Amino acid sequence: MLRIPCPHCGTRDEVEFHWHGDAHVIRPGPEVSDAEWSDYLFNQNNPKGLHYERWCHTFGCGQWFNVARDTVTHEIHAVYRMGESPPDIDQ
Amino acid sequence: MKGYSTFSLIRNALGGHRFWKPVWRTPEPKDSYDVVIIGAGGQGLATAYYLARKYGIKNIAVLEKGFIGGGNTGRNTQVTRSNYFWPQSSAFFDHSLKLYETLSLDLNFNVMLSQRGVLNLVHSHHEFEGLRRWANAIRINGVDTDIVTAAEVKEIVPLINMNSRFPVHGGSIQRRGGISRHDAVVWAYARAADAHGVDIIQQCEVMEFAISNGKVTGVETTLGKISANQVSIAVAGHTGVLAGKAGFRVPITSMGLQAMVSEPIKPCLDTMLTSPVIHMYVSQSDRGEIVLGGGADVYTSYAQRGGIPLLEENVAALLELIPAFSRLRLMRQWSGIVDITPDTTPIMGMTPVQNLYISGGWGTGGYKAIPAGGDTMAYTIANDEPHSLITDFGLDRFERGVLIDEGAASGVSH
Repeated sequence: MLRIPCPHCGTRDEVEFHWHGDAHVIRPGPEVSDAEWSDYLFNQNNPKGLHYERWCHTFGCGQWFNVARDTVTHEIHAVYRMGESPPDIDQ
Repeated sequence: MKGYSTFSLIRNALGGHRFWKPVWRTPEPKDSYDVVIIGAGGQGLATAYYLARKYGIKNIAVLEKGFIGGGNTGRNTQVTRSNYFWPQSSAFFDHSLKLYETLSLDLNFNVMLSQRGVLNLVHSHHEFEGLRRWANAIRINGVDTDIVTAAEVKEIVPLINMNSRFPVHGGSIQRRGGISRHDAVVWAYARAADAHGVDIIQQCEVMEFAISNGKVTGVETTLGKISANQVSIAVAGHTGVLAGKAGFRVPITSMGLQAMVSEPIKPCLDTMLTSPVIHMYVSQSDRGEIVLGGGADVYTSYAQRGGIPLLEENVAALLELIPAFSRLRLMRQWSGIVDITPDTTPIMGMTPVQNLYISGGWGTGGYKAIPAGGDTMAYTIANDEPHSLITDFGLDRFERGVLIDEGAASGVSH
């Protein structure tokens, strides 16, 4: 069971949240090639270790935010708001 | 390879089982191979076996960072079936099921295939209409499947609770589907591949690829450098990690898929029962354990351990359908890291790197595809072009926009 510190509501159980994949993905403009567009659309950063990802507190405040989480230990290193830059994490 | 037979069993039994020999070698890696396959799970070993047997390539190594079948091949729920919606999927997975049907004889190893049927439940009138469409598509694809009424479901599974929170409305059954013993499948391929001269090297992790001018020339491993003309990746949940080392990205999310077994009880469930809506599938193993699974945990993970919320969800779904199981104790629970693609169809064939091949994106359904995956990847490596059954499964389908959106892939909805 993950315990996720929502920046708005405090720490809650994982069942209140939804995971939404990679954070900080930037949509390219319409001029890009098919390869670049499909890279944006389908390819994921799927690291073994530190991952910057988006979560939504669906069954709480309904707000989106970012989480820096280790995908092996599941340890949450940082939680930060949408629009903020990813923090540097010493591992 | 010494063949197994009734006679060999009796002879060894009379000898007190003291004279069985190891069934595969433990070789030191050579400096160079024609083909190096990364991952000694079912997919990798089957590929090596068919490469050696059908295409006469003898100088093959299968590198495994852990032990044979210690990844997803030993962590799945042993389901074999081919009831897929899209023609490409049906053709591929039915080829696999047909190979499973003769696998024990072909490999001289009892894989304990039990074609007890795979029964899918539906819980509402509208869902039933969707199921009829699915079943019709499967039949048009030339694969057996039958619609069954609620009364017939009760006949097949007498223990089922028809008036659960989601009452059973009917279902469909693929009678050729069923289960087999997953360890036996991977051991059978390992033994047969070894007998054809394949070096299976365990405790050997690939750290880097050697690539020059866009062409793979070998791998850097924990046991040193190994050069190879061709390299194939068959590492399930770690597909994205290895693709990254080779310098390209794949549309894969790695998640934990858990399963669990109860204490063994007398035979009471002689089909493979699954319900997409309540997210549960269950069967009884030959040892008598009730084997239970559901959806994948809902965030990326490489931890090989399942989360408690999903475990509770799986168990609750089972007990709603079969309340009689409420007094059973869970004996073991585990998780495998599955590599899920956006369209739940595997990624097989060529990669952006020359002479480097990929067999991944198996998601929650790679076990049933072991024979066909091995057979078609062997062709692909031997001919440096995709086998006709997997031309639509290539990594390039995402760029070309021709996905195979196979909702039937997992058997439970994701």
